[in-house]
Amino acid sequence: MSGYIPISREKRAELLESVGLKLENLFDVIPDEIKIKNKDFPGLNAQGLSEQEIAAQLSNLAERNKRVDQYDSYLGAGFYDHYTPAVIDHIIGRQEFLTSYTPYQAEMSQGTLQAIFEWQSYICRLTGLDVSNSSVYDGASAAAEALLLACRQTKKTKVWVSEGLNPEYIATIKTYFHAAGLEVEVGALNEQGTAAGTYPSGDDYAGFLIQSPNFFGIIEDMRELVKKAEQNKALSVVSCDLISLAMFKSPGEVGVDIACGEAQPLGIPLNFGGPAVGFLAAKQKLMRKMPGRIAGQTTDTEGKIAYVLTLQAREQHIRREKATSNICTNQALLATAATIYLALNGRSGLKEVAEQSAAKAIYLHNKLIQTGLFEAVYNKPFFREFAVKLRHGGSLDVLNKKLLEHRVIGGLALSDDVWLLAVTENKTKKAMDDFVALVSNLIRQENILGG
Amino acid sequence: MKYQTDLIFDLPQTGDNTNRILKKCDVIKPNFAEFYGEDLLREEELNIPNLSEIQVLRHYTNMSAKNFGVENGPYPLGSCTMKYNPKVNENMANLPGFRNTHPLQPMETVQGNLMLLYNLEQQLNAILGMDHFTFQPSAGAHGELTGIMMIKAYHEANGDFDRKVMLIPDSAHGTNPASAAMAEFEIREIKSNADGLVDIEDLKQKIDDKVAGIMLTNPNTLGLFEKDVKEITGLIHAAGGLCYYDGANANAILMQTRPGDMGFDVVHLNVHKTFGTPHGGGGPGAGPVGVKKILEPFLPTPLIKKIDNADQSTYILAYDRPQSIGKVRAFIGSFSVCVKTYAYILAYGRQGLAEVSEAAVANSRYLLERVRNSYHVPYQEPAMHEFIITAARQKEKYGVTTIDIAKRLIDYGYHPPTVYFPLIVPEAMMIEPTDTETLEGLEGLADAFNAIAEEAAENPDLLKSAPHNMSITRPDETKAARNPILKA
Repeated sequence: MSGYIPISREKRAELLESVGLKLENLFDVIPDEIKIKNKDFPGLNAQGLSEQEIAAQLSNLAERNKRVDQYDSYLGAGFYDHYTPAVIDHIIGRQEFLTSYTPYQAEMSQGTLQAIFEWQSYICRLTGLDVSNSSVYDGASAAAEALLLACRQTKKTKVWVSEGLNPEYIATIKTYFHAAGLEVEVGALNEQGTAAGTYPSGDDYAGFLIQSPNFFGIIEDMRELVKKAEQNKALSVVSCDLISLAMFKSPGEVGVDIACGEAQPLGIPLNFGGPAVGFLAAKQKLMRKMPGRIAGQTTDTEGKIAYVLTLQAREQHIRREKATSNICTNQALLATAATIYLALNGRSGLKEVAEQSAAKAIYLHNKLIQTGLFEAVYNKPFFREFAVKLRHGGSLDVLNKKLLEHRVIGGLALSDDVWLLAVTENKTKKAMDDFVALVSNLIRQENILGG
Repeated sequence: MKYQTDLIFDLPQTGDNTNRILKKCDVIKPNFAEFYGEDLLREEELNIPNLSEIQVLRHYTNMSAKNFGVENGPYPLGSCTMKYNPKVNENMANLPGFRNTHPLQPMETVQGNLMLLYNLEQQLNAILGMDHFTFQPSAGAHGELTGIMMIKAYHEANGDFDRKVMLIPDSAHGTNPASAAMAEFEIREIKSNADGLVDIEDLKQKIDDKVAGIMLTNPNTLGLFEKDVKEITGLIHAAGGLCYYDGANANAILMQTRPGDMGFDVVHLNVHKTFGTPHGGGGPGAGPVGVKKILEPFLPTPLIKKIDNADQSTYILAYDRPQSIGKVRAFIGSFSVCVKTYAYILAYGRQGLAEVSEAAVANSRYLLERVRNSYHVPYQEPAMHEFIITAARQKEKYGVTTIDIAKRLIDYGYHPPTVYFPLIVPEAMMIEPTDTETLEGLEGLADAFNAIAEEAAENPDLLKSAPHNMSITRPDETKAARNPILKA
């Protein structure tokens, strides 16, 4: 008996014989020329391991990594180290949420369905929009799906994307759009690091997309996006950060058509970048063109409130090649985790997460500038992340390597001398003070950058 | 269990909970209105409730009780492979050494992660008979799209811009045509023959120089092995096309045969099916995609490479890949799902995986024989890991349909099978007991199916009004779609 198989081979043979079948004939239908026949292959152990051995092997691998809870890390760029309240793991670890399938049988899945309905409700309340789907793979694919939605709605084949969008997202949009035979135009930022004044003109755009806070952490003014999109008969799309929406105007409030983004900051662990959880919300007029699963409220035969997957006429299992997207699996469990995060924090807690992240980012930024070693790349207000530039040249790769020796994972080097740093509420004042002192010391005293 | 309909938004609110979870801010908060300007800031507070911890816990714990999971009982949802999700794998994925790593950390600080992915790639190459894998796709359908994009890129690289046709059997999952359509392919449907297999004559007629490739599931969605698969892949290759293997049913063939040996060039796996990672009520999954050497240049970036040094090996992420299709999502992929996959494969090894497929097929065959006399069995070819029965007889005689039988099964404490799929079989029920079903689970399922067949004759209303013991009776789906209420 191997692994987790509950019936022994002997019993299996016996069961089959009881209905006139033979264990050794089970795979007779597979032609001989493609049968494996008890052969070993490199890379795969012949024998399975015990639970104890598995735990030892994986723990060993995990210990080879440096961790952001043991190192002082300043990485962000799309994934952020926010605090995960203890309650979340306990709830999403319940097998009823963890091991169930997509809720096809509504009577047996009211838990998942209501959780999705609540996620949709939270996403609508945060983004200020009318309709949310049940989630998509991540922020990058959410942006691609949002722009495909814009193309479906406007029946146009070209979109414009601001370079303030995360480069990983831009790359993903390009991949999706190339495959679909659609066109992506990427617009450079202005000198202040925003999309203001950079929008194109022409009535052949299906959508304009900006990110706010953008890749450099800067809060964009979405009103200009909405105005420019309307003028050009395109849809306005914002890739936004849900935590920042506790402080800033929502996309819906200023008239944006589609909001999308990554919900990982809502207490989802970093996990080396995945799984992630994308969200997608839109104005009512786009409801029937949305991709992905959507849960809706209805009643049962006795008039009790019930939840179901709805508007399925958009989806692949009904429409096949005419579906609005091929997506079926969403990120239900992570959407549930994010929903619980929002429930636990409430409006006050979420605002505190946002304000502490912003306050600490501003603090760190000012401290770094005060050293005289760095200058701001852009002079625009930022949220949780910002870019600074080495004033006297030198290589940030060298600095980052040196910092590692001091158990610090520095910011992301966007070029030789531009550093993108992110902090959240998890960062303490002391850590930032020590960090700035260390950086200053390495450059000034140890002269690691030369010059 | 009390029937509870409150939404989280209906609960009585507690007061301010600003610092219940977070400690007080240890830097001075600046004047935000001054820093950002009034225009950008929200004027009203967010409309989301402030609640206490116990309220939140009770709310979601009670909701979870209205769900059914693999640990509740048999879950024979065909083509979804609802097998047991090992607990130790959850613990491993949650090790802080994995969990607290950022995707953009310097490579030398994440050698454990990279080594795991490298090893997993070797395992998957061995199991599927492929040469390389990417871990970027986040689900099966995402994997399909990635694979199809690579097929497109391959033909484009050869200057073959007219290959616009994707061949797909009429029994295929809906995601196949939907994925191909997202990459601008025109779908040409291949008929199934009376045995439920690809109609080779129909296939031959539909192959021409416009064909980019074929998407095939094997065993197919009828649970039948396409024994002519070598001939099929040979025909496609001879016509200059590529062959895509939909790995949804890979559980049936683990270490018995391999898609690579069947002639497939690209394959996706649903690790939440084949390798027992949890479905989570619809994700997160992972859909790694494997390719033969000819498609390696087109794989998404980055790839994981091993560099053998004199003293030890190091692992890197390789980004410089000019012919790559690019990225299909941010960063590397659903890493923690990959951790669970790796742990699963370690637990079995090659011999154990061969027993997984053996158990999956044996359980399915046994269950089919146990219920054969009660239902119409549309295909006589030997079933693999899943099989199809229909309610055709019950419908004709007693007006009882597949959905009634499925809902009645809930009363017996079992999750229903997949219903009304594949589309080519009227009143289809697709049943997949999986390799981890217990003896009592198999016998119980068989007894329930047989008892329900009798009930259909004696008391059809009992089926039509089912289920009877859940928190709700059948929901009104028409009303949900006609007057959509999608948020609170």
